[in-house]
Amino acid sequence: MIEIRRIFTHVEQIWHEFGPVAPVPLMRGAIAAVLTNPFAGRYEPDILPMMEALQPVGIDMAERLRAAMDVPADRIEGYGKGAIVGAAGELEHGALWHVPGGYAMRELLGWKGDAAAYAKGQGEEKSGRPGNALSIVPSTKKVGGPGTALDVPMTHINAAYVRSHFDAIEVRIPGAPLPDEIVFILAMSTGPRVHARVGGLAAQAISKWDGLR
Amino acid sequence: MTATIRKIIVQVDETRMEMGQVVNPPTRRALAMAVIANPFAGKYVENLDELIAIGEELGGLLGAKCVQALGISPGQAQSYGKAAIVGEAGELEHAAAILHPKLGAPLRLAVEKGAALVPSSKKRGGLGTAIDVPLGHKDAAFVRSHFDAMEARVADAPRPNEIVVAVVVTDSGRPLPRVGGLQVHDIKGEDGLR
Repeated sequence: MIEIRRIFTHVEQIWHEFGPVAPVPLMRGAIAAVLTNPFAGRYEPDILPMMEALQPVGIDMAERLRAAMDVPADRIEGYGKGAIVGAAGELEHGALWHVPGGYAMRELLGWKGDAAAYAKGQGEEKSGRPGNALSIVPSTKKVGGPGTALDVPMTHINAAYVRSHFDAIEVRIPGAPLPDEIVFILAMSTGPRVHARVGGLAAQAISKWDGLR
Repeated sequence: MTATIRKIIVQVDETRMEMGQVVNPPTRRALAMAVIANPFAGKYVENLDELIAIGEELGGLLGAKCVQALGISPGQAQSYGKAAIVGEAGELEHAAAILHPKLGAPLRLAVEKGAALVPSSKKRGGLGTAIDVPLGHKDAAFVRSHFDAMEARVADAPRPNEIVVAVVVTDSGRPLPRVGGLQVHDIKGEDGLR
């Protein structure tokens, strides 16, 4: 069911955006796997087996992205995910990425939650600081042709309301997706926007450890 | 004068399958781009030495970034190319100053050898303008399996007073080459052509 045709990695270092030059550049990265869409060209009622099959793909992609960014996992502060479905597929095929894509980066970043409950979409009782990667991984998806650009949203990994880490990275793979392909994307960053200064919840002020604040 | 760099972007494109055929080993192309301030934006300056020096600096920097991203030793690099996109307040000659006089020598050091001309393209453009960086075998320009191109584009650059400088290095040719011509194993690698 899983056939990977291409792997595309993108890493950027940002020193400034016409303001003070950052002593350590912000790094943002994205990895895109171009897969054969096994459901292309027809309506398939049961697509869930692919969600399960994507789990190891996601874990491998998260580690490849970290390696491409050349930073330890504890420097990752923001994340996001996305999918671009080729013309012979449907948006719902992109939705298969919600569980394996989100879970992949949690695994990398030191999440301590219950994977089975996560897969079922159930919440958990939490107290104190239950590991890392508590925020929902923000996502976007679309159906598009080769070279379609997707703006992948990113938020802070532990508290979705951290305003300095709201960001987005444009991901575009020349030549993909073909009609019978799906592109699955993970994105990560090492910090806030390079000149973040619009107030709101600061990363140092996270206190509830509920994934939100 | 060293380049004032706003961003560096590195991409790796790995192809494992093409038209249902497994590509083994996968072909891999690395693209490194620097977004720099154009010191001559908005004015005509006769002497372009400053940009020529920036080209020399970026040839080594971007070449090394590509080799590092591919995880190869310099000698394993097979093809290369270069390009520049000049923002609206600059002129095409600014791209030429970066690309042609001095960028090549440090790039060749980064990929070891490099007897062949480094193929190039240039244009003027706005934010998100795409440029196709032409590729050719680094030691023999006539190797047909390695004629290729990789698209380079930065979503938020070049601003009018910026230049995007791109270098591509690969460890392979096209995914399923089968149009004949000079083969890699027949390269002499002396004149840069065959």
